[in-house]
Amino acid sequence: MQANQFHSLAYSFSFYLFGLIALASAIAFVTRKSPVAAAMWLVNVMFALAGLYLMLDAQFMATMQVLVYTGAIMVVFLFVIMLLNLGHPSDLADARGKWPTILALFVGLALLSEVMALNRGNTIERLVPPDLAAKAAAAAAAPIAGGIIGPVAAPLFKEYLLAFELTSVLLLTAIVGAVVLGRRRTDAR
Amino acid sequence: MLVEALALSAVLFSIGVIGVLTRRNAIIIFMCVELMLNAVNLSFVALSKLYGAAGQVFVVFTMTVAAAEAAVGLAIIIAIFRHVKTVNLQNINLLKG
Repeated sequence: MQANQFHSLAYSFSFYLFGLIALASAIAFVTRKSPVAAAMWLVNVMFALAGLYLMLDAQFMATMQVLVYTGAIMVVFLFVIMLLNLGHPSDLADARGKWPTILALFVGLALLSEVMALNRGNTIERLVPPDLAAKAAAAAAAPIAGGIIGPVAAPLFKEYLLAFELTSVLLLTAIVGAVVLGRRRTDAR
Repeated sequence: MLVEALALSAVLFSIGVIGVLTRRNAIIIFMCVELMLNAVNLSFVALSKLYGAAGQVFVVFTMTVAAAEAAVGLAIIIAIFRHVKTVNLQNINLLKG
């Protein structure tokens, strides 16, 4: 596992920089009162995550992150905020009462401690079967055939073809559902 | 870098959970769900360095589901807003007996 990692100082610095940007933006995101400010911080998180994808050798995913998440989904969110005229911070943006906050803190701490315990002693790297790890290391060392998109597109259209086709049904259902739900009812019956 | 990426993913997911539990604005809760999906995507991408490109295929599926979820969820929020003129979840208690 150590062999195929690119351990230069600049790489580590950029990795931690993007991680810190993502973390700080996420914290700013959940604490903003105004929905527009929150959406902007979430866009920042997604850009930082796209940078991390790039550093983890997932260039296509980084592009998709910027195009689909920040370019499409967040624009839809901002559009709805504008449509409903919710752009100003108001009392409804306030946090809930005491007990949900305490509960949330406990849940967050429990999730964190769980993952930190799992990360101790490289449990995750020991869980990977050695033959898989060797195969992935060999694939990472070899020059990539078919550019960046090839290794992602090949399994998408071979092993996961059925899931890919079912995705189109899901999208069609979502389109029809959104149109039906968003339609203004002029005549009830 | 794998462990760091997974830890960051866990922290981002926890922040999303905390946001869902503590906020009252329906749109911000929706954005917290998107943050949680993003955190899971990060661990998919990080683990795809070990397991091969199949993890990235799942990220494609996650993004598709997130897009569909955003479209339908925001349509539901708009429909609710037309009825009760608010997105504050404490004022939307139609299911309360």
